[in-house]
Amino acid sequence: MARIESEIGTPKGGFLKWIDDRFPLSKTMKHHATEYYASKNFNFWYFFGVLAFVVLIIQLVTGIFLTMSYKPSAAEAFASVEYIMRDVELGWLIRYMHSTGASAFFIVIYLHMFRAMLYGSYRKPRELIWLIGMLIFFAMMAEAFAGYLLPWGQMSYWGAQVIISLFGAIPVIGETLVEYIRGDYSISDITLNRFFALHVIALPMALVALVFVHIVALHEVGSNNPDGVEIKDHKGPDGVPLDGVAFHPYHTSKDLVAMIVFLMFFAGVVFFAPEMGGFFLEYANFDPADTRVTPEHIQPVWYFTPFYAMLRAVPDKLIGAMTMGAAVLLPMLLPWLDRSRVKSIRYRGWLYKSALAIFTVSFLVLGWLGTQPASGLYVLLARVFTALYFGFFLLMPYYTVIDKTKPVPDRVVWHG
Amino acid sequence: MTDDVDRNRRHFLAVATAVTGGAGIALASIPFITSLKPSARAEALGAPVEVAIGSLEPGEMIRVLWRGRLVFVLRRSEEMLARLPQVTSFLDDPDSANPDQQPTFAVNEYRSRKPEFLVVEGSCTHLGCAPLEQFEVGPASDWFGGFFCPCHGSKFDLSGRVYKGVPAPTNLRVPPYRFIQDDVIMIGADPGAV
Repeated sequence: MARIESEIGTPKGGFLKWIDDRFPLSKTMKHHATEYYASKNFNFWYFFGVLAFVVLIIQLVTGIFLTMSYKPSAAEAFASVEYIMRDVELGWLIRYMHSTGASAFFIVIYLHMFRAMLYGSYRKPRELIWLIGMLIFFAMMAEAFAGYLLPWGQMSYWGAQVIISLFGAIPVIGETLVEYIRGDYSISDITLNRFFALHVIALPMALVALVFVHIVALHEVGSNNPDGVEIKDHKGPDGVPLDGVAFHPYHTSKDLVAMIVFLMFFAGVVFFAPEMGGFFLEYANFDPADTRVTPEHIQPVWYFTPFYAMLRAVPDKLIGAMTMGAAVLLPMLLPWLDRSRVKSIRYRGWLYKSALAIFTVSFLVLGWLGTQPASGLYVLLARVFTALYFGFFLLMPYYTVIDKTKPVPDRVVWHG
Repeated sequence: MTDDVDRNRRHFLAVATAVTGGAGIALASIPFITSLKPSARAEALGAPVEVAIGSLEPGEMIRVLWRGRLVFVLRRSEEMLARLPQVTSFLDDPDSANPDQQPTFAVNEYRSRKPEFLVVEGSCTHLGCAPLEQFEVGPASDWFGGFFCPCHGSKFDLSGRVYKGVPAPTNLRVPPYRFIQDDVIMIGADPGAV
């Protein structure tokens, strides 16, 4: 390791020096990898950032290849997806990687966000990392929504119909806005074509740019850790945080193991359960879009169901749409809602622990309710859990202040 | 160069540049936003459609497309028309008071030009699902036949009027249409002419 550092650190000439005189290659490598110090006590929860990056690459690569065979027109889209599945050599594999990747992306990102809530990673000085992360989440939701229309199946069509109709609930400009989104008086070939443009160019570009900014911001302030202490407060004589180890090679080699394990699970789903019982690929979408018949049971893909359940829990169209919008936006305020003296759940009291547990259960139950019909007991449950979801955020400034916290150690603690 | 910078001049130039550039960006965004509107072709395809209704039996409904939207044309029987007054107390807007949901000619109990023929858009006013026809009375005591949305349970009567306490906020929309013959209607035509 010392040898590598001396080689990169002081280029003695040759090709690397030629590059370094013209482009900050060694400097960038140092700043973001070999001399980026992250806490040595990272645990399981810290895998999901890098895994999200892996899934992003999978989506970009498989997406490019799908685009080569897909036709973004109402007349041909459904058939071109079948063509990919049947006639393109190994096209089914590429498509299943892409469809599984979409769900994997949300699993990984939800866990990544949950990590931030466990250890207070959104707290000062990392508010901006959290906000940029939320923007990535919104871009991902838009990307997933636009992508879901492309197969032009029944659920593609009617799912888009329902979600686009939501914008019609906005007073005054709603109807016009909906026409500008669809580019037509109903969801049509024109809508499909523009969603294709958003899905393959605009949103992926936004995603990649946001991920770049997310990482730049992270590397500026440094990563949080499961103890929620600032490792930069205790540096050795060499200026390196005592509890930090270099991202490369220490964290990268550990992350590589996580990546391989993750890809084993990923491959398992791709090969053995790409539909995941109708959760990753909905059965209604095996029928081509039909303008005249709504499927009996409309539901979004699983990653939107918690928010969909909240939409349906409200009997009023406008308030329902606003509730859903607020539920998506509220986490942005976490850095300012959380007034606790400590960051990590390890040093919080029972109040926050219970609140986070209630929040987690609410989110999961709402996710399940979103897949069920909106009637009777289900609506009642959806209302209760929607209230709990909002309560977690809106009451946070109170319960985090009165919560009994434990003293936080100066430096990170080894567990195990 | 000396220190005698004319700060007012610098400030004026900076503001002038920012304002000009800002105006340029605002104007440059117009073509992009405008291009998102329904195109000339989409508008042309949205032209009025003629529907022959001569062969409709009483109680029979057909589904036609206008502007890519589903439109229901129902020929109501005498018996169906007789049910309309019974359901009034369960409705949110029985008198079609909301002016956005129908042309003025349809502001009546039948929400139509001729009581017999109902023409409404087959798009639930909640989130745009296509309602299903359930024209039989019951089993619920407030059900006198009408349209039921499978997505979120909104209910409408045989005139497309919305029930109270359902997610849909308004009555089903009546498109502009007129009779060009006794047995042919034109959907999308100027509602002024009869």
